Amino acid sequence: MDTPLLISPETPARRRLRLTNLAERFGLVVVWLVMIAVFGIALPGIFLTWTNFSIMFATQTPGAILALALIIPLTAGDYDLSVGATLTLSAVMIGVLNAVMGLPVGVAVLAALAGGVVVGLVNAFFIIYIRIPSLVVTLGTTSVITGLVQWMTNSSTIGGISPTLIDVVIRGRLFGISYAFYYVMLIALLIWLVFEFTPLGRRILFVGRGREVARLSGIDVSRVRVGCLVASAVLASVGGVVYAGLLGAADPFSGLNFLLPAFAAAYLGATAIIPGRFNPWGAVISVYFLSTGITGLTMLGIPLWVTSVFNGLALILAVTVSQFVRGREETDIG
Amino acid sequence: MTKATAVPALQVTGIAKTFGGARALKGITFDVAAGEVHGLLGQNGCGKSTFVKVLAGFHAPDPGGAIAVFGRDLPLPMPPGAFRDFQMAFVHQHLGLVSSLTVLENMRVASITGPGLRVDWRAERRAALATFDRFGIALDLDARTGTLSQTDQALLAIMRASEDLRSADAGSGSRGLLILDEPTPFLPKEGVDRLFELVRQVAGHGDSVIFISHDIDEVREITDRATILRDGLVSSTLVTRNASHDEFVEGIIGRRVARSVTVAATTEQRKIKARVTGVQEAGLNVPMLEVAEGEILGLTGLLGSGYERVPYLMFGATRAQGGTLDLDGQKFDLPAMTPKLAISHRMALLPSDRPRASGVQGLSVGDNMLLLEFDDFMGRFGLNLRGMAQRSRDLSTQYEVRPNNPDLRLGQLSGGNAQKVLLAKWMIREPGLLMLDEPTQGVDVGTRQQIFGVIRQAAQKGAAVICASSDAEQLADLCTRVLIFSRGRIVTELAGHHISKDSIAEACYGHSTLDIA
Repeated sequence: MDTPLLISPETPARRRLRLTNLAERFGLVVVWLVMIAVFGIALPGIFLTWTNFSIMFATQTPGAILALALIIPLTAGDYDLSVGATLTLSAVMIGVLNAVMGLPVGVAVLAALAGGVVVGLVNAFFIIYIRIPSLVVTLGTTSVITGLVQWMTNSSTIGGISPTLIDVVIRGRLFGISYAFYYVMLIALLIWLVFEFTPLGRRILFVGRGREVARLSGIDVSRVRVGCLVASAVLASVGGVVYAGLLGAADPFSGLNFLLPAFAAAYLGATAIIPGRFNPWGAVISVYFLSTGITGLTMLGIPLWVTSVFNGLALILAVTVSQFVRGREETDIG
Repeated sequence: MTKATAVPALQVTGIAKTFGGARALKGITFDVAAGEVHGLLGQNGCGKSTFVKVLAGFHAPDPGGAIAVFGRDLPLPMPPGAFRDFQMAFVHQHLGLVSSLTVLENMRVASITGPGLRVDWRAERRAALATFDRFGIALDLDARTGTLSQTDQALLAIMRASEDLRSADAGSGSRGLLILDEPTPFLPKEGVDRLFELVRQVAGHGDSVIFISHDIDEVREITDRATILRDGLVSSTLVTRNASHDEFVEGIIGRRVARSVTVAATTEQRKIKARVTGVQEAGLNVPMLEVAEGEILGLTGLLGSGYERVPYLMFGATRAQGGTLDLDGQKFDLPAMTPKLAISHRMALLPSDRPRASGVQGLSVGDNMLLLEFDDFMGRFGLNLRGMAQRSRDLSTQYEVRPNNPDLRLGQLSGGNAQKVLLAKWMIREPGLLMLDEPTQGVDVGTRQQIFGVIRQAAQKGAAVICASSDAEQLADLCTRVLIFSRGRIVTELAGHHISKDSIAEACYGHSTLDIA
């Protein structure tokens, strides 16, 4: 059968449309490259170095994993604010089980991931079966987990985590970049494959955009939402494992700092690569875009408080832009 | 009453309204006397709601007409909210109450939101109680409004409106015009009686009331006179006391009716596809309903008669309290029915709420069309995106979706094309039982015929079709049998050559609360 609209000759109007499309998809990448160039000129010899970038690629991995964790429930229409706390819980569990109690690091990692499953199920229970807004539930579990973490650690950092973990996360390198970065790529690839190339991914999208439509089309909406919340908590725990390996220690406080940039990256990422949808490549690029900005600004000697302002503005700006990209369709999240 | 000499409460002269090319009102003239309860009736699309919206200032009428309230000419178009200055108050079907606030807060919302920094709750409470006393109605001022019965909420809304009339006009004789826009369809019989009692009191205090309704018997019970609209014109104004039920029906439908020809038995012997028994919901009572293979069964009735709920109950879209569904000889408990189960047994439901329940506006045409088919495109290396694009393009061609570009978002298509996409979504499953709710709402005439063609073809191939609609013309075009509901029950069955637009409308208006109660 003929498909006239798709194989019609390239008209100027169509070419313009295709260019706009490309600009939309890769605009963020271009802005990122421009930003790198500007900092490179402003900070000659320091900024554009392999060391600088390999450090950035490695240290941002927990934040990148959090951003990837977030986009899963966001696509299904739920917030998960507790990913930051879950990351901390996971890191601290490894610290306590491995460094303090002396269990093998593999066992500690499995326990930390199991902890993620539990957090996800608790969130899902209150959000889906008690029908409390996800924002409220995960704000609550954040506080609960943070408290538990302080109790577990006596509010102090636990050092002495097995060097094996440090080896597989940060010390091991491929092409000069720590393994941790490749883990992020692997997770992003996995999410991308599920989102784009499986029926499940499409169903998650329908659940997030039109719950009633999904329900009346025979999709088990509750199960999809539970699955997404558990997936985000487990991924956040993976982030915790990476964080513990990165520091060689378990810090009961700093994990929450990743939350806001991760949110900003998730929303900013929804304006790129696949505009109008939360997508893993957009999210990862956004994480590194934001950290490039902060690294550059820090090197220029800008005071520390600017970091918070920068991240906050980026979040609001990202949401604003995504409102304009492809209309106002990104708002049905609750 | 002194109707002849007094200035009329409302004088409408030559009001017309054109939407695009369509004339919803073609110049209507009627009056409402002071102290009168005046009915306003007509079928869907006759122009009633357009007129109310002109009166309230939502629509600007075409130039040339005039409306006077108590002798004062309204500025047309009415500025929004200006109706208050002309001693008018509206109670719409949705009542405009905030269900999470208390009775007192709802009752006195005008004075709470008005000027002044401080609310004197003690004075507000006194004022509300004084109003309740005047009408002899007792409601708990501190109850949350949502916990009141439908009836009490309606009474509250009417009392509040009546109070607005009083406060809007301290000086000039304290008379007003209260417009009740279909307040009764969802009330039980006893609630309607209480509402009428209140309406009589309002009129007794010197206010005039316009009572808009579908229900002839209600209009005959409460009104002094009634104006009937048909196709944007006044078809008649009746003095209620002197008019028979048939005169009302004639005014609404536009022809003399013979009341006994309607019921016809199904003569054709076809294999029964689905049988529903024992449906007992609040406001819906269907002991038995059958649909045969190859049959297109219409469900209809007036607003509030409950007919449109049947497909959703059968599909498990809303959970039933009880009842069973017998589909191809297999029995299902309706309370345990789910859309998933229904789909796996080749049932399909196209809901009327297109943007919320039927399709996702923000996702692509292709994804919306293939939502039920994703698993079929799953290969060893993931979804076959190329195959999906090809399939949705083919389907768009087959169902004449324009433009044929599955990458567009559903929301970028016109209503008619979006509906074709969503119909295609269900039709590719080749449903054995196809259920549709208002399938051609907001759809242009050409598309309507295409959609009918698809439905007829499905029936010819042996599907049983159930089509719920308020559109008598559509049902007459499409259906082989029509069930008419009233107050939650099936009251008339039309089949074969007995089905016509008029016979359906007539059956809708022919039955009433009084007949059934």
